[in-house]
Order: sequence, then structure tokens, then C-alpha cells
Amino acid sequence: MSTPRLRMVGVRKSFGATHALRNVSFSVEPGEVHALIGENGAGKSTLMKILSGAYTPDAGHLELEGQPFVPADPLHARRSGIAMIYQELNLAPHLSLEENILLGEEPSRLGWVNRARRRALAGRALAELHADHLPLSAPVSDCTIAEQQLVEIARALIGQPKVLIMDEPTSSLTQVDTENLFAVIQRLRVRGVSVVYISHFLEECQRIGDRYTVLRDGESVGTGAMPGADLDHIITLMVGREIEDIYPRIPHELGAPVLELQDLAGETKPRSVSLTLRAGEILGVAGLIGAGRTETLRACFGLDRLRAGSVRVGARAGTRGSPARRLAQGVGLLSENRKEEGLMLNRSLADNLTLTRYGPVARLGFISHHRQRAVAQDWMQRLDVRAQHPAQPVGELSGGNQQKVALGRLLHHEARILLLDEPTRGIDVGSKAQIYRLMGELAAQGKAIIFVSSYLPELLGVCDSIAVMCRGVLSAIRPAAEWTEHSIIATAIGTTGSRNGAGAA
Amino acid sequence: MTPPRFKSLLNAFGPFLGLLLVIGLFSLSSEVRPYFLTGANFKIILTQTVIVAIGALGMTMIIISGGIDLSVGSVVALTSVVCATLILKKHGVVETIGLTVLTGALLGLIDGVVIAGFRMMPFIVTLGMMGVARGVAKWLADNQTVNAPDSPINNLMALSQPRRLFPLPAGVWIAIALAVLMGVVMRRSVFGRHIFAIGSNEATARLCGIRVPLMKVVIYTAAGLFFGLSGLMQFSRLTQGDPTVAIGLELDIIAAVVIGGASLNGGTGTILGSMIGALIMAVLRNGSNQMGWPNYMQEIIIGVVIILAVGLDQLRQSKTAR
Repeated sequence: MSTPRLRMVGVRKSFGATHALRNVSFSVEPGEVHALIGENGAGKSTLMKILSGAYTPDAGHLELEGQPFVPADPLHARRSGIAMIYQELNLAPHLSLEENILLGEEPSRLGWVNRARRRALAGRALAELHADHLPLSAPVSDCTIAEQQLVEIARALIGQPKVLIMDEPTSSLTQVDTENLFAVIQRLRVRGVSVVYISHFLEECQRIGDRYTVLRDGESVGTGAMPGADLDHIITLMVGREIEDIYPRIPHELGAPVLELQDLAGETKPRSVSLTLRAGEILGVAGLIGAGRTETLRACFGLDRLRAGSVRVGARAGTRGSPARRLAQGVGLLSENRKEEGLMLNRSLADNLTLTRYGPVARLGFISHHRQRAVAQDWMQRLDVRAQHPAQPVGELSGGNQQKVALGRLLHHEARILLLDEPTRGIDVGSKAQIYRLMGELAAQGKAIIFVSSYLPELLGVCDSIAVMCRGVLSAIRPAAEWTEHSIIATAIGTTGSRNGAGAA
Repeated sequence: MTPPRFKSLLNAFGPFLGLLLVIGLFSLSSEVRPYFLTGANFKIILTQTVIVAIGALGMTMIIISGGIDLSVGSVVALTSVVCATLILKKHGVVETIGLTVLTGALLGLIDGVVIAGFRMMPFIVTLGMMGVARGVAKWLADNQTVNAPDSPINNLMALSQPRRLFPLPAGVWIAIALAVLMGVVMRRSVFGRHIFAIGSNEATARLCGIRVPLMKVVIYTAAGLFFGLSGLMQFSRLTQGDPTVAIGLELDIIAAVVIGGASLNGGTGTILGSMIGALIMAVLRNGSNQMGWPNYMQEIIIGVVIILAVGLDQLRQSKTAR
């Protein structure tokens, strides 16, 4: 067998105590499409950053065409023939297509751009992708997402790449655009370009890939030829972990419906969501990143505009809502983006906890610092927030304690309906267990919770019922006991035929 | 998808229509018209535009790159004092012009190095420079105006034959020539296109191998050259170095650039637009004077125009952001 185009052997990388990559080995042959498959958090993006030179591995080594390869920075990786297409597109929106395609590599003489040559080169790159119909002089912001992606690929081709790495390239593409992209990948492969195709859409990987490698918890756990591979086997490889017993079961009873979403659709996502949430219910929402779960919660909370559908809180239904109105109705949202949206990092614990409900800490409209501190102290105790003082800036706390403060704000607000978006992301196991217990206690008090998570064991361990979101559409809600990790993943990646608007509850 | 040509035409015509509108409004008054619409008056307007226009050339670069410079007024005052002092000390004309312009570049270099090296906000850094340059100017001038003996530099902005449009002062021709040069540089040179790339998406620019910190240093230094030249023109206009001159000039310049179609978020803007923006500011001042409006009225009008221009910028943004 010839020397592989790219080879990684025993690559490790850790950040402090978290092991992002434990032991990753895989190799890509010339002209091969290699699918890199794994759940969210399996280490795919860390792997990409190592290949692009953004991170240096702690151990293990990389080889490019048989030679040791140590990328120093993105530019070096690019010059060495490794091109990246990130999930978030990297284009200068105000510049034209041709300018973007040759950005940083402009054909020039004495500092003056040779525009005719630039146009020719850009045109040729787009022609290779069978996309020469695109207007070269139009600004990129006028293009659709799919067209912008073609521009990015064209830019990658300018450098004559040996390896093209694509991260979730289809996550924001329509079916037709995805087909076009596959045709482009086919042509690249015929030209001898190796493609590393990172995705958790198994069906796509199977269609386009020659071989696959599965990543789980930072380890490459299996590799094989894609044609004829058993999808169930791959899913088992992806999941393959034990459910730890950190999910307390606190008995609680379901009451009357408190929140109803009817055919909810946002500007782009979600496309169709209907659900009924009852008092005392914990409803889990699973799905891949980008499936529209966060957008559903945001729309429900009045942060994003609705295109269609209605939100009924208690007895009142409507298509319009604002966060202020929702808060007044007793709805609380815990943002998945704790640092940027959820908390005022440089403000104190006390300020963060009482922000939405100053009533109990104020007198005649003036905030009493004394009362604010006392209330904060109380919540710190009840939620076991480890901090020196209620006046300490929240940014100084650990992730788990920050999350408890963010959650504490909803509790201080006395929200009856809690929309929790990835409440356990990036926090330690101890804090996770405390948050699970808290959710159980809240449900027992009759509060209703929507629990969005990408971590399946916790959904199965905590929730009463679960629904799965796939490409903006929410599946039927079923009792948690009727789901398995396997069936959730299968639904999330759309292999069960629920892709085209499966029925709602 | 709007045809790109139509869009860019619209962007270029917007400021031009604004200019015609302003001229038209002042021409409505039958009392003012006979004086306002004369070659002699346009010569005055063009001469008054020079300082703002040359400053706007540098500011356009900075704003397109996504930055801002608040120190221009102070830099102009300082360089005008430097110019007067050099003449006073009997330096040659070429030497004086060179050193004056380089003083501006040096201040820009300091701004650029601090902004790029320490990753600081341009707003804060240049706000600091605004104070520093003004202070140095007063220090250098010993807190009074520096009167310089007659020199050829005085003639850069002098109005010979004040009753006719031509000949225009040399300063006007210099501004026009530099504007043409910068227009081409921004559109056609690798340097110019990289400025747009940085302002449009800095992360992408870095990913494409553009040395963003170095570029920022060069941008602020080059802009400093223009601000130094503005200071030279300022000296020529007053024929003395005044450390208290040009307070708030940066706002006129920023307004000119924004009226000309640049976005304060970076990534867009044209030299032609900025030049028209500078003309609009000059016509507004000149027209208000002709109407006999008091100074406070002018300030109110200019303030409203700045807000209107930024408001239009927002409108444009929200339209293109979709």
C-alpha cells in the first residue's frame, strides 16, 4: 500500500483536567473521502484545530505524505496543503466573490492587483466546482449559504490542497445543495484530493465516504470501509458508554398543561414544533447541534421572531411575545451561552441573582443592598454555590457555580416554566448531579421544565418524556422509557424517515 | 439579488444627491443666491474643504479597516505648531513640509503600535492621543500662537484673484491629486483590498494569511501622514501655528466619511464618497455663514446632519444584513 496522505498516531490533547483527545489515530489515503464520525463533544473540533496548527498536541505525531508534520499556525498548515472548511463560514461579506476566493493570495505586481488574472483564477476555481454561473464581482453577502460555501471551497482549491477538511458542511444546506456538494466532493476525489468529512449525519457519511473512523470521548474507537458498513454497529461505537447512576428519581406527578406550542416556526429555524408541557413535567429535547433546539426555546421566550405558529402560556395564546412578557408570565430561560448571554460576568452574584425580580430586595423602589445580599446568601446556601461572598463577581466562580447562579436567577424569579438550554454543558460531574437533583425537586413542586441537552444519558436519566429535533422539526413526544440512546440518535440524524416533517404530539 | 452595479451606483449617488440637495436648499434664498452660486464662493468652499478632505483620506482608510481615530483635531493643531516653529527656526521649505507630515505619521505610528500590539480599542487609544497631542502642542507653543515669518507654505491655501474660480490654491489641487491616488490605492492595490478584508471580517483576514497587526500599524501611520498634511494646510490657512485650533475637527472628518457611505462597522466606504461628504460639510458651514445664521445654529445643523448620516448608515446596514 502506498504511503497515506495524512496520518495521525496516538494524538493526545488535554486542557487542564479535561482530556479533549485521549488517543486518536487515523490515516487518509490519496483521493479518499474519510468520514470522521462522533457525537457532540467527541473531540472532532479539537482534532481539526490540531490539524490547522491552532493547537499543538501533547503527545503523538502527525505525518503528511510520510513526512513528520508539525503545523505551526493556520497559514503554515494551509501552505503545506491542508485546507479547512469550517462549519461557520469564513468570508469577508463586503468583498466580491473573486476577492474572497483570492484573499491573501492576490495575483499582483508591485503591490497592484492584477484584476484580469484574479478574475481568471477565481473563474477557473469556480469552474472546477461547476459553479461558474456565480457572479464574480458581486459581494459575497448577496449569495446564499450554499453559494458562499462554494466560494470557500474555491478558495481552498486555489492553494492546490492535498487534504481538504470539511466540518459539518451540510448542517445549514438544503437537500438539493447537499447533493451539489456531494458532486463537488466526488470531483475533488477524482483529482486525487483527500477529503476528511466530519459529520454526525451518518447517512451522508455512508453515501460519500470511502472509509470511516468513529471518535468517542476523544478516542478513535473504530475504523473501517464505509460501503457495506452496518450503521447500527457505528451507532453503537458512537454511544458505547455506561450510564452512571447520578440521576436521582424524585417522584413527581403531572398536572395541567401550562405551555403549548402549536406549529412554531422561526425565520429560519425551527421549521415546525408542536408540544404540550404539563406542570410537574420534565420534557427532554434531544437533537444535533444546529437542529434548531436553541432557536425553539428562544422563539418560545420571545427572543426571536416567529414566522408561524403560536405559543400558549397558561390560558393566553399568541404569536407575539417579548422576554419581558414571558418573564411576567412566569417563564424563565437559561441560555446555553452562559458567559455571553446568561450572566453579567463582571457583576456580583447578588446582582445576577436578583436582576429579573428586584421586588423582594427593594423598598419604595430603591434596592436595599442589605436585603439583596441576604437573599443572595440564601440562594447560595440552597443551591450550594461555592463563593466567598454575595458581592463577588460571578466571573470569578467555576463553571458549575456560575451555572447554579444562572439557574438561581430563574428560581428567585419564581418561574413556573423553566426553559433550560444545555444546563450542564462544561460543568463538573458534581455540579451536574446537583442540577439533576434540583430539576427533580422543582418538578415535584409542580414546575414545568424543558430540558435541551446533547448528552443523551442525562436526558434518559432525568426526563419524564423526550422528543427529538431533526433539521428544525420536532418529533413526537414519547415517554423517556420508550427511548434508547440508539433510537434517539437514529431519529436525530434522520435515518428513521422522520426527516420530512414527522408528526408532532 | 440586486445587480451589484446598480447597488454601487446607488451608494455613490447617495452622497452626491445629498450635496446637490444642500446646495439647492441654500440657493432657494433669493438674498443669498447671488453670492452663494458664484465661482468666487465655490473657490472659498473648495479651499475650506481642503483640511477636512485630506484628513478624510486617512480617516477613510481607518474606518474601512473597522477602526476610528479621535485624535485628528489635536494632531492637526500639533503639526500646525510644528510647522510654524520649523519656519521660525529657518528650516527650508521642503524640510519643513517633510518634518511636519512625518510628525503626523509618527503619532499615527504610535497609535497603530499600541492598538495592534496591545489589542486595545482604537476608540480609547486615539482618545488618549487626542489629549496627548493637544497637550504637546500647547507645550511646544508655550500656550500661545506661534507666528511664523512669511514663507512659500503660506501660499498653499492663499486665495489669489478672489473674484474668480480659477486659479485654485495649490492646496486644493494637492487634495484632489491625493484623493485620486488614494481612490486607486483603495480599489486596486493589494494593500487597499486587505484594508477592506480586515474591516469586513478580521478573523477571515487572519485565516487568509493577512498580517493584521502589521496592517493596522501601517494603516494608522499612513493616515497620520494625511493628518500631518492637514496640519500643514491648517497652518497655511491661518499663517500661524495655533495649539487651540481644530477642536472637534475629527468629528467633521468622521461625519464626512460616514456621509460618504462608509460604515462604522468597517468593510465599506469609498474615497469619492468621503470627498463628497467633506464638501457637504464645507457647503453647510459656508451656506450657514451666507445666511447670516449664528455660530450656534451651525453647530446644531452639523450635529443633526451627523446623526442623520449615521442613521442612514444603520438603515443601510439593516438592509444588507439580511
